[in-house]
Amino acid sequence: MRTANRPSVGRIVAWVYIAAVIVVTLFPFYWIVRTSLSNNYALATNPSSLLPVGFTFGAFKRALGLATTAQAQAQGGSGASLDVALFLRNSVIYATVLTACVVFCSATAAYAFARLRWRGREAMFSILLTALMVPTIFTLLPNFVLIKDLGLTNTFAGMILPGALFSAFNIFFLRQFMLNLSTEIEEAATIDGAGPLRVFYRIVLPMSAAPIATLALLTFINTWNDYFWPLLVTSDDSVRPLTLALAVFKQSSPQTATDWPGLMAATLIAALPMLLLFIVFGRRIVNSIGFTGIK
Amino acid sequence: MVATVPAPVRPATTARSPKRGRRSRRGEAPLAWLLISPAILGFAVFYAYPTIRGLYLSFTDFHVLSPPVWVGLANFRELLSDDVFWHSLWVTAYFVGLSVVFGILISLVTAVIMHRLTSSRVIRGVILLPFLISGVVAAMTWSWMMDPELGILNELLTKLIGHPLLFFGDSSLAIPSLAAISVWKSMGYNAVLIFAGLQTIPGTIYEAGRMDGASEIQMFRSLTVPLLRNILVMVVILTVIGSFQVFDIVQVTTKGGPANASLVLQMYIYNKAFTQFDFGYAATMSLALFVMLIGITFAQLKMTRANESDLN
Repeated sequence: MRTANRPSVGRIVAWVYIAAVIVVTLFPFYWIVRTSLSNNYALATNPSSLLPVGFTFGAFKRALGLATTAQAQAQGGSGASLDVALFLRNSVIYATVLTACVVFCSATAAYAFARLRWRGREAMFSILLTALMVPTIFTLLPNFVLIKDLGLTNTFAGMILPGALFSAFNIFFLRQFMLNLSTEIEEAATIDGAGPLRVFYRIVLPMSAAPIATLALLTFINTWNDYFWPLLVTSDDSVRPLTLALAVFKQSSPQTATDWPGLMAATLIAALPMLLLFIVFGRRIVNSIGFTGIK
Repeated sequence: MVATVPAPVRPATTARSPKRGRRSRRGEAPLAWLLISPAILGFAVFYAYPTIRGLYLSFTDFHVLSPPVWVGLANFRELLSDDVFWHSLWVTAYFVGLSVVFGILISLVTAVIMHRLTSSRVIRGVILLPFLISGVVAAMTWSWMMDPELGILNELLTKLIGHPLLFFGDSSLAIPSLAAISVWKSMGYNAVLIFAGLQTIPGTIYEAGRMDGASEIQMFRSLTVPLLRNILVMVVILTVIGSFQVFDIVQVTTKGGPANASLVLQMYIYNKAFTQFDFGYAATMSLALFVMLIGITFAQLKMTRANESDLN
């Protein structure tokens, strides 16, 4: 579909536009790194320097709580720190357990809807799909009240349960995929005496590995980045995920003479797992987003 | 992003012709119910029940510590005469408008240009990067870049126009600044979706257009946009629903200020519920938001269905 092979004015303008989009997209990421490697006092003397000002790892030490209060204040820190190891652990538990549970429960349900024949199947499927119509905001407050009534605030169970069992989108997506799988292998296995459960574990589940991985990735990213729900149900550092802890860290930093290098170091630490995920799975993420859109 | 895609009701594929005999219907039903039981439990406890409870709570006076008291339509009357609510509705609409218009425009242009120039997955990956980070991270980064004293954007502006701008401190700039962050964060995601839609348009259509002597711009207007309509509507709906519920970037940057200038609806609901503990009224506002979202979604879906033809 290329218009012409010779470089026309239009093509040059188009490439310049793409280059500008890439710069605007990436510059903030570079700015996080550049600022986090700067000295807070030196920063004020040369705020537009493209390189770190007064290069130091001090901001990371402050953010991680590895610097003494005196050291931190000497570099313009507030003395507040982020217990990254703890928050990272919390985020990993929150996002991993929720993702594993909801993807597994969605896969079993999708199999029942796509491959098993039972009375009420279509009706039940339509009922479950109505959940797509209810925006999350509407269920958040009542869900908070429910979790509070159950005494599950400030627990992983309270954070994870509401999202762990059911996702209408996941079920719909996986069911569509399973409907299109060829039935021949299953029928052969059935003739060999495999029951439907065995067919699910041995045949349908492995054959659905690609869409399952896609959903797992998207769910993991969304859960890792979720801010509102953990904000509602946690008030204690022992269960708070990193995204929420970062926002709290920002609020606890002084309004005047803000320790921007410290904040940017914390921001980078919070974004790092997603950036790593991106480096490892970038290709799959790009494909899967296009894929979910077309479906 | 995945939360509220409009439900495609009853896909055509549901009725699979029953395969003669081999598996008995009676044998599969218990297993089927076992396999969907976690989903049904999750649906009943965390979707259906909260939805009904939310409806109920919006007719009550409820402050969490004591049980809800039925007050009939009192919350709705309060809503109608609550200037702050109408103000925050306007603020939200302004934010949604800016995010949709600029977000979709930039994503569409980017996707079309990418599609014409390169199918590089690396470029698509790079522009997708902001989608992967949390709103909190995006808001932190931009509030530093927009800092009135040391922010790089203001250093640049000072050189260009002679003075910095108080992006979050000026009531006329707060919402546009927040919308800019939101557009930056979601542009790549929308562009990748639109790009995927472009790839489904057969190239022969453009060749035919070119043979008829159509220019690039003409082909964009009369071929690309109509053929992309379904995916564009989906992107618009996702953007509208997403930006109607904006919260994290507001909470991290302005907290609704200055003087309520960026008090989006979700922020107001949160304040009512968690600083004033007025859960009944907060539930009423959530219900209003819910109804508006449903209305908008149906209106937009109708727009696509009304003149469906083109490729299909």
